[in-house]
Amino acid sequence: MDGAHDLGGKQGFGPIEVETDFIAFHEPWQARGWAITRSTFRSDWTIDWWRHIRELIDPVNYLSRHYFDSWLQLQTAALIDSGALTMTEAVSGQAADLAPDADPMAPEAVVAIAAKAAYFDRPIDSAPAFNPGDTVRTRRMGAIGHCRLPAYAQGRSGQIHAYHGAHIFADDSARGDEHPEHIYSVVFEASELWPEAAGRRDRIYLDLWEPYLERA
Amino acid sequence: MSSFNSEKIAEIHRELHSKLPSEPALRVKALEGLLVEKGMIKSETIDAWIEHYTEEIGPKRGAHVVARSWLDAAFRDRLMSDAPSALDELGYLGHATGHLKAVENTPTIHNLVVCTLCSCYPFGVLGMAPNWYKTAAYRSRAVRDPRGVLAEFGVRIGDDVEVRVWDSTAELRYLVISERPQGTDGWDEAALTALVSRNSMIGTDRDLTPFVSGWTD
Repeated sequence: MDGAHDLGGKQGFGPIEVETDFIAFHEPWQARGWAITRSTFRSDWTIDWWRHIRELIDPVNYLSRHYFDSWLQLQTAALIDSGALTMTEAVSGQAADLAPDADPMAPEAVVAIAAKAAYFDRPIDSAPAFNPGDTVRTRRMGAIGHCRLPAYAQGRSGQIHAYHGAHIFADDSARGDEHPEHIYSVVFEASELWPEAAGRRDRIYLDLWEPYLERA
Repeated sequence: MSSFNSEKIAEIHRELHSKLPSEPALRVKALEGLLVEKGMIKSETIDAWIEHYTEEIGPKRGAHVVARSWLDAAFRDRLMSDAPSALDELGYLGHATGHLKAVENTPTIHNLVVCTLCSCYPFGVLGMAPNWYKTAAYRSRAVRDPRGVLAEFGVRIGDDVEVRVWDSTAELRYLVISERPQGTDGWDEAALTALVSRNSMIGTDRDLTPFVSGWTD
């Protein structure tokens, strides 16, 4: 979707607040809000649906709220949508009843869950359409729903840098349809993306699924 | 069951926004209390997550990986060809590292990592991401003005150096491996690990040369 989340190349956000030391959490509410999201991810969600819910926060809110605040908004909305909470409960803070499928994560389980990596590669029965070195052009249009082809890289010419196998395709997974598509690292010259970058020797690499690409 | 319906979510967002207090600390407190009351979470589990990501999972893991790669050429080869298995050797596999790629800085290449669409980050090996990594200022400019961004971090990149920006648009994640600084011959793994800054593993730091008083080498 053409939302406020698609920030690559947008201008006017000002300087970066540089921080060099590692500070896991600046405020207790940020830590607790984040940990709630880590403890309540539901099996009827996909990671891409979950990301899309954050993108659907209205643009003014998306850009002005603290990062962890938008996670809180996302998680509350996702739990309501799933039927795990009602709007009345979320607004009042009072439980109407015990959750029917209540199975709270145990504190002892945290270390093992944190040590687990998730894998998104899947078998696929087609051959990849492109090889490293091929020149490709990205799709000119975005998409109505979730899409991981940023606006700044649409309708641009790049080169296949590497092939990474087939991963669950985010656009469809955000609609609950999990199936793999071939995925590539595609490299773009900065001058292909930005008018002021002519002559600059910088390159931008994006991981893009095959449906975003056509032969140039 | 989730609806997978964007319109429904947008409506829920609007309603929550209009009815909940604007102070996030109040909302977190209310949500935690509600979820405990419903039997969906335990407050001890929330404490355990925070403790684990404050004490155990952080950039010292990534720094150890980088230092090991400076000392052990075979480890470095495995790291470059299959980073998750190299992480697993050190017990550092975790959240968002299953498709990790290591990218090397050289005298003529500098790597910088961003997620322009959200905030993708290799949490299992670097811990919680810094605030700046998640801001609109960084996400918007890293792909367009990487040298200007680097200058704000005090990193000057010569015209002879190519900047490679990695926008984490899928489930792959990136870890920048800096060059081993001059003057560290004979240093052990712990001393080298201490040189590797968190920002260098994202690409917003480059020269890890130690500042030692009385340095003569």
